[in-house]
Parts: sequence; C-alpha cells; structure tokens
Amino acid sequence: MYRILKRQRLAEGTYDFWIEAPEVAQHTRPGQFLVVRVHDRGERIPLTIADAQDDKVRIVVKAVGKTTYELCSRKKGDELADVVGPLGRPSEIDRFGRVLLVGGGVGIAAIYPIARELKRVGNHVTVILGGRTAEQVIMRDEFGFADRVLITTDDGSLGIKGVVTDAMKQVLDSDEVDVAWAIGPTIMMKFCALLARERDLKIWTSLNPIMVDGTGMCGACRVSVDGKIKFACVDGPEFDGRFVDWDELLKRLTIYREEEQKSLQRYLEKVGDMTWL
Amino acid sequence: MVVKIPERKTPMREQPAQERIHNFNEVALGYTEEEAVAEANRCLQCKVPLCVKGCPVNIDIPGFIRYVREKDFEKAAEVIKKYNNLPAICGRVCPQENQCEAQCVVGRMKDHEPVAIGRLERFVADWEAEHIGLKLPKRSPKRSQKVAVIGAGPGGITCAADLAKLGYEVVIFEAFHKPGGVLIYGIPEFRLPKAIVEREMEYVRALGVEVKTDIIVGKTISVREILDEFDAVYIGIGAGAPKFMGIPGTNLIGVFSASEILTRVNLMKAYAFPAYDTPVKKGDNVIVVGAGNVAMDAARTALRLGAKKVTVVYRRSEQEMPARLEEYHHALEEGIEFNWLTQPVRYVGDENGRLTAVECIKMRLGEPDESGRRRPVPVEGSNFVIEADMAIEAIGQGPQKILLQDFPELKLNKWGYIEVDPETCATNVPGVYAGGDIVTGAATVIEAMGAGKIAAKSIHQYLSSKVASKKR
Ligand SMILES: Cc1cc2nc3c(=O)[nH]c(=O)nc-3n(C[C@H](O)[C@H](O)[C@H](O)COP(=O)(O)OP(=O)(O)OC[C@H]3O[C@@H](n4cnc5c(N)ncnc54)[C@H](O)[C@@H]3O)c2cc1C
Ligand SMILES: Cc1cc2nc3c(=O)[nH]c(=O)nc-3n(C[C@H](O)[C@H](O)[C@H](O)COP(=O)(O)OP(=O)(O)OC[C@H]3O[C@@H](n4cnc5c(N)ncnc54)[C@H](O)[C@@H]3O)c2cc1C
Ligand code: SF4
Ligand code: SF4
Ligand code: FES
Repeated sequence: MYRILKRQRLAEGTYDFWIEAPEVAQHTRPGQFLVVRVHDRGERIPLTIADAQDDKVRIVVKAVGKTTYELCSRKKGDELADVVGPLGRPSEIDRFGRVLLVGGGVGIAAIYPIARELKRVGNHVTVILGGRTAEQVIMRDEFGFADRVLITTDDGSLGIKGVVTDAMKQVLDSDEVDVAWAIGPTIMMKFCALLARERDLKIWTSLNPIMVDGTGMCGACRVSVDGKIKFACVDGPEFDGRFVDWDELLKRLTIYREEEQKSLQRYLEKVGDMTWL
Repeated sequence: MVVKIPERKTPMREQPAQERIHNFNEVALGYTEEEAVAEANRCLQCKVPLCVKGCPVNIDIPGFIRYVREKDFEKAAEVIKKYNNLPAICGRVCPQENQCEAQCVVGRMKDHEPVAIGRLERFVADWEAEHIGLKLPKRSPKRSQKVAVIGAGPGGITCAADLAKLGYEVVIFEAFHKPGGVLIYGIPEFRLPKAIVEREMEYVRALGVEVKTDIIVGKTISVREILDEFDAVYIGIGAGAPKFMGIPGTNLIGVFSASEILTRVNLMKAYAFPAYDTPVKKGDNVIVVGAGNVAMDAARTALRLGAKKVTVVYRRSEQEMPARLEEYHHALEEGIEFNWLTQPVRYVGDENGRLTAVECIKMRLGEPDESGRRRPVPVEGSNFVIEADMAIEAIGQGPQKILLQDFPELKLNKWGYIEVDPETCATNVPGVYAGGDIVTGAATVIEAMGAGKIAAKSIHQYLSSKVASKKR
C-alpha cells in the first residue's frame, strides 16, 4: 500500500500530493511518470512525477473525471492500492545553453523537475507558466531558481493577458533558445509545437494519450510521430512536438468519452456535491 | 480378449452457446465423479505410456488415472502435484491435442478419440480444491540463499514454488498489480476463472514465496540491484508486447490490439464497467485478425461484450490455424464467422477518425516457408471491403523491452528473445536463468512451466555447488 503523506490544494480541483513509494522515489528521473490505482476496482491512470525525496514522490493532479476526482478527495494518511513506476524515458538533460520551458495548467508540475535539473547542470533557464486565471498558475513561487519567469493568464489576472504562445513569441523574438519543452493540455502543446516548427526550434512535448499498463504491453497509448507508430509509455512520453500528429492524438483522446461521462455522473450521484474540490 | 473402449471421450457438460455468449462465466463445467471414473476406464494403463512423453512436465498419467478409477481422488491429486503445481490450470488450457492426448494409444485406434487426460486432470484438481483445500508438501529445511524470480507468469510461479520447496528464500517481482501473467491478464474468465489462478497463487504463497507486485524490474528496481541482492535469478517475463500489422489507418479509433482488449476485460474487469472503473469498447461489427488462441479469446470476448457480428480473418487456411481445436469449436458454436485466406490491407475511417471498414485482399497458399507451412501470397485484384466499427489485431507478440534494455550483458537470439541452454535454462550470465515465452516466443502455459521446473533444478545445482565450493 502507498500512503498519502501530504495533501495540499493548489487551485480549484487541483491537488498536490506526496506519496510514500520508496522504490519509485529512489529511481525516478525528471520526465518520468507513474501509474496509480486508487482502489481495488480502480482504473490505472498515468501521472507525472513532479518531484521525489527519500522515500516519497510528488504528484500534482487535476480532477477531470471519475478517477482523478476520487484521487483528489483522498486525505492525508489514506492509502492508494497501487503506485507503479517510474515509467517512460527520462527527459534528455544536457548542457544545451539557453533553454525555454512552457508549462500550462497541471503541466506546470511536469516541467518543474525538468527545469530544475536543466538549471542544475548549467543552462540558462526561461520558464513560461500559463493558466486560465492567476489561481491556475500553480507552483509559481517554486520557480525561483529560473533565470527568467513569464506568466500568462487568459483573463489577464496575472502577468501577460493571453496564452502561453504569446509569451513564447516574445521570448523567441528577443532571445536565442537552443531547445524547448512544452507540457500542458494537448491543444496547448500542439500550438507551441506549431510555433516551434515555424522557428525551427526543437521542442519536447510530453504526450498524454490514454494508457492502460504503461509498460508497452497493450498499445493503447500509440501515437504517430514522423509518420511512425510509437508507444508513448515506453518510447516517450516526450517526443519532438514538431513531428507529432496532434490531430490524431486529440481524436484518440475522445475514444472513451461516453464511458468517462457515464462513470463520472454515476460517481457524482453517489457522493453528492463535489464543488468544494 | 478384446477390450471394448467407448469411441468417444465422456462428454463434458457446457453452458449452452446461446446462453454463454451473454456472460463471462466458465464455458466448460467439468466432470462429475461418475463421469470421471467412466473416462478413466477408457485408459489402457499402458506399460510404456506414450502420453507421458507428450506432456512437457511428464506427469505420470496412467498413475493418476488409476487412482481416479479407484475413486481415490486424493491420491490421484498427489500424483499430479508431484509433477505439476498448477493442474487446475493445465487441465483447462493445455493444447492437449498436440501434447499428451496426441500420443495416447486409444486415440490411435480406428475411430477412437484419445483419453480425455486434460479433463481428468482438471477434475482431480478441482476435486482436491473442493474437498481437501490447501495441502502443503514437505519442505526441505531452510537454506540461506535467496533467489529472485522476475515475472509471475506460469513459468515464474512454477520455478518459485519448486525452489521454495527446496528451502530457498524466493521473491517474485511482478510488474502488474496482480500475479499470474497471461493467466490473469490474457486468458479470459470464461476459459480460466481467475479464482482458480488466485487459488494456485495462495498455494505458492503458502510455500513461503514472497510475491512483490507493482515492481517493474528495469524501472522500479534495476537488474543490477537484483543481481547484487540475490544469489540466483530466474527471468520469466513472457512476450507480451503486441505487434501491429502497421497497415494504413492503424491509429483510427476502433482499432485495438488483442492485448489491450483482453487486459482491460480480464485484469481490469472492464466487462463489469461501471462497477469497475476501466471501460472497454463494444463493437457492433468486429473483425479479429489472426487465428491463434489470442484471436479466439479476443473474438469470443468481443461477442460477450455485445457485438452483433464477429468475423475472424486469417491469411492462411483452416488447416494452418494455430488455435486450440476445442476453442475453435467453441467459437464456431457461438456463431463466430471465419474468413480464411484473407488479409487486411487498410483500415478505412470517417472524418472523426473512427473505423468504418476494413479493406482486405484474398490470399492463396504458395510454396512452403521456413516453418514448413505454405506461404500465403496475395491474389492480385481480389480486394474487398468488410464493414466494421471495431478491429482487433491478434497477430502475435514480441518481447517486452524494459528489462532487456536494462540488462545489456544478457545474450539474445536473432529474434530478440533470451538465449539459453535448453537443457538447463542457463543464460550467458552466471546465476541467471530464463524460460517461457521470453525464450521461446509465444508458446504454451505448460511449456513455460516445464522451463520453470528445469530452471529450478539448475538453480538448485548451481547454488549447491556454490555452497560446496565456499566450504572447501
Ligand atoms: C504520461 C502522462 C502523464 C500525465 N500526468 C498528469 C499529471 O501530472 N497530472 C494530471 O492531473 N494528469 C496527468 N495526466 C492525465 C491523467 O492521466 C488523466 O487526467 C486521467 O487519466 C483522467 O482519468 P479520469 O478517470 O479522472 O478521467 P476520465 O474519465 O478518464 O477523463 C475525463 C476527461 O479527461 C480527458 N482525459 C482522459 N485521459 C486523459 C489523458 N491521458 N490526458 C489528458 N486528458 C485525458 C478525457 O478526454 C475526458 O475529457 C497524464 C497523462 C499521461 C499519459
Ligand atoms: C490471450 C492468450 C491466450 C492464450 N491461451 C493459451 C492456452 O489456451 N493454452 C496455453 O497453453 N497457452 C496459451 N497462451 C500462451 C501462454 O499463456 C503463455 O505461453 C504463457 O503464459 C507463458 O508464460 P510465461 O511464464 O513465460 O510468462 P507470462 O505468462 O507472459 O508472464 C510474464 C509475467 O512477467 C511480468 N513482467 C514482464 N516484464 C516484467 C518486468 N520487467 N518486471 C517484472 N515483471 C515483468 C508480466 O507482467 C507477466 O505477469 C495464451 C496466451 C495469450 C496471450
Ligand atoms: S499438463 Fe498438459 S500436457 Fe501434461 S498431462 Fe496435463 S494436460 Fe496433458
Ligand atoms: S497412452 Fe492413453 S491409454 Fe495409454 S496410459 Fe496414456 S492415457 Fe492411458
Ligand atoms: S500504455 Fe499499454 S503500451 Fe503504452
């Protein structure tokens, strides 16, 4: 069993957890994810490892459906049925020179360990953090190590009013960038990748297709990169976004839409009001 | 004196086809005591029993059948358990027609079916579970050496159990949240109830084997750490990575690997969605590509999920079909259609990226290939389209790479499987043994168990000689 050691609300429906999982914690590197099963009848869902310390790992979860709602309502001291990982290939970390990292929504948690590691090995790190509102720009006070931090919000409640690609253009217009990362909602990564392609910039994106095992044994997570079929869980999750077939990925994310809605509705009917989350 | 033996096997009761296609309960219902005795009486008790040679773990078949005749089922179980830790499983899923039963002399008599060895084995195992429960064999005194078993499939479980009986401390590392390998995530409930696999796992645990789930060796812990901590290692990670034909349209919504469908349904219990959280798609018109056991299981699963029509397409003919005969017959009874000499060439989708049809081409059989089977060649211009909203590929699996990538010293063969000495299951790395599908490619439960047994014996020899040389 995997105990929740700490739980903190970061924004509406977004929670920050530290979970006891010694082996995973000791072996993880930036860019990897784990698979959680909340309880015995639960689904296996992939979540990025945002940090690790000693015997514990950190995940930041946004409640979007049945399983993430359930996970987010778990309290400190509760136990999760399964935590498996670290999965996927770690990010390619090197001394590139000047790097740009773009995080949107819970994607901010995913770029956090990568940015920190890139800084540690001596890169000049620029970070763009985006959210719908100021509240959604989570973890922003944890990026103090970065050389430059830009914030965008859709409603202009903090930083630049606009989307992350607006800030990205600003940076690319004025700065040399050797390599970039963009992690967030699929649609955000798509537009970041399109912009990077225009500017001939290598951009790592962490793909989030539907997964089952996370170890290469089912093929649910397949994506097209440069015209070839890849399994995101073992060949990725990071791929150069310039070559990803984004529209295919967006379509594949809708495979279980009806079932997801049914499951969430059934859950909400059982537990009642969840607006507090 | 001429012995008269009934020509046919004593039939086994089954759920009627029209009923069972709506549920996931076991199809075959097993023998009663009377039926078992009647079937046991068909056995000639050969002095030189050929059937035993056909069994990869050489069960004393006439020996256990004799006890069944005498209605001493407990003794019968004891005989089987000497050779096979998982009889309730083998009795259900062994391809007996290619193994023990293929060699049975009764089967070689004119118009006769062989003795139903598998059904008898199943009966004895179930009888024991029901009437005796968990009975532990004698264990040797505890030894200080530790063995790691990687992968809790039938091979790993067998190896672990044998080593535990010999007194070793054994830890199984399993990537999934449940042990059992293909028995849990691949073979469906209607052929092998999961309660049986769990029962057998209880037995292995009771022997003192520690089963650590959620551990992916090569990720959660490294191969190096295992080699440092344990005195010997058995690798039984199977060959579960699905292959795709790679034809245009493979990533359309509605195209799945059999592994995905079966994992969702079996391991995650998606057939009980939404009571269980994992969903699975139900197709109306389903095409299954391939004709092995995996394809049969996928086809019959799709039917039970509610498909109106399920069609199996296979590029060779009925003669070359690799599936177990019994399961093929079950599939036919359930109304699954078969299109022989047919190969998909393209998936067709709509503007939302959903599958609508599969374009196929007709094949004919040409010259024999390396496997001795006649090679299928496309008949030009014979393309035709089958309407389908779901397609399931069951064209074979390959090795899962995670452990192998973390263990570059390990020698592989040209197909990417681990190379071992078949006599001992030893790999090129001292103290490391391997067996089952990761060595042979997709094979059978009992072959994996056979390898697990050989490896256990070799590991025992290896560790005993290590102790002896230390003492010197
Ligand atoms: C490698 C990887 C890393 C991830 N890291 C994180 C993370 O750090 N934090 C986090 O909150 N989420 C992360 N996700 C997404 C997370 O796995 C999904 O949100 C989760 O599986 C949804 O499960 P559910 O049952 O709550 O919702 P569902 O009922 O499955 O889905 C509800 C809604 O979410 C969408 N959705 C479903 N699956 C995904 C998915 N894989 N990605 C995006 N949207 C999806 C559906 O289209 C639907 O609109 C990651 C996904 C992957 C593949
Ligand atoms: C759908 C289907 C139906 C079948 N039907 C039959 C049948 O009717 N009769 C028959 O005889 N055979 C059948 N087979 C074949 C048979 O199941 C296999 O040959 C047999 O299970 C192989 O056993 P194994 O011990 O080699 O490994 P597997 O059963 O494949 O188990 C390997 C285990 O290792 C685990 N693992 C993998 N990598 C790692 C890692 N890095 N770290 C830790 N654990 C890991 C896996 O999760 C898995 O649990 C079928 C196969 C399938 C897929
Ligand atoms: S284990 Fe399989 S091959 Fe051996 S006797 Fe039993 S059914 Fe036959
Ligand atoms: S070969 Fe057939 S008849 Fe002879 S002992 Fe074996 S099962 Fe009995
Ligand atoms: S999630 Fe199953 S292969 Fe990637």
